[in-house]
Amino acid sequence: MADVNRGNRPLSPHLSIYRPQLTSITSILTRITGNALLVGALLAVWWFLAAATSPDYFAFVDGVLTSWFGDLVMLLSVWALWYHSLAGLRHLYWDTGRGMDIETAEKLGWGCIGGSVVLTILTVLVV
Amino acid sequence: MSYLTDRKLAVGLGSAKQGTQHHWGMTVSSVGLLVLVPLFVFTFGPMLGQPHADVVAYFGRPFPAIVAALTFVVGFLHFKNGAQVLIEDYSDGFTRKALIVGVTCLSYAAAATGLYAIVRLAL
Repeated sequence: MADVNRGNRPLSPHLSIYRPQLTSITSILTRITGNALLVGALLAVWWFLAAATSPDYFAFVDGVLTSWFGDLVMLLSVWALWYHSLAGLRHLYWDTGRGMDIETAEKLGWGCIGGSVVLTILTVLVV
Repeated sequence: MSYLTDRKLAVGLGSAKQGTQHHWGMTVSSVGLLVLVPLFVFTFGPMLGQPHADVVAYFGRPFPAIVAALTFVVGFLHFKNGAQVLIEDYSDGFTRKALIVGVTCLSYAAAATGLYAIVRLAL
């Protein structure tokens, strides 16, 4: 019977004994950055809504977004945006069936991490 | 105890029959966002902290307004589909359905709010 041992089977991956690897870390970071970007996106929508409403309301929301805390959220959002973009580019490349071996995948992983930091610094300098 | 066979219990639990369509939708929107995101960052970013009149004038121009509008629409649709995968991976049953409905509503509401604001600024 297939019902034997139902619900008591080992689950994969075994997170508690799972050795962190660059490929798994960069993968979960893609998910975290993508979903966390909701915060920055909603703040941007709020900013546009305020600008369309009145100068007073705009001054308030713009003040929130450019406070030290707003700056921190925006900085992290910019990094998340670049990281997720580069990781997405990596997925588009993988979708063509190329770069699937571990060595290339790890090189691309470092590319995402390093590239996102460089692009974030560039953005801070330009904007 | 179920009188259904093991095979019948398993049928329908897997694919939602929309996997390839979902994946292709994410592919198309991700390519669009690769173009839109840098344009949005370098048009929206410099306007943060600027006086209200300058912001209104800037987004009254076609290019920044269209970039911002497209980024919101494509971005929130991409978010809706991406967050759905997250929900499907970590929850099931009623919770899963409720969360997917919630994320879908939130995504469309945010996109609509952004669009409304940009239209009011631009026109």
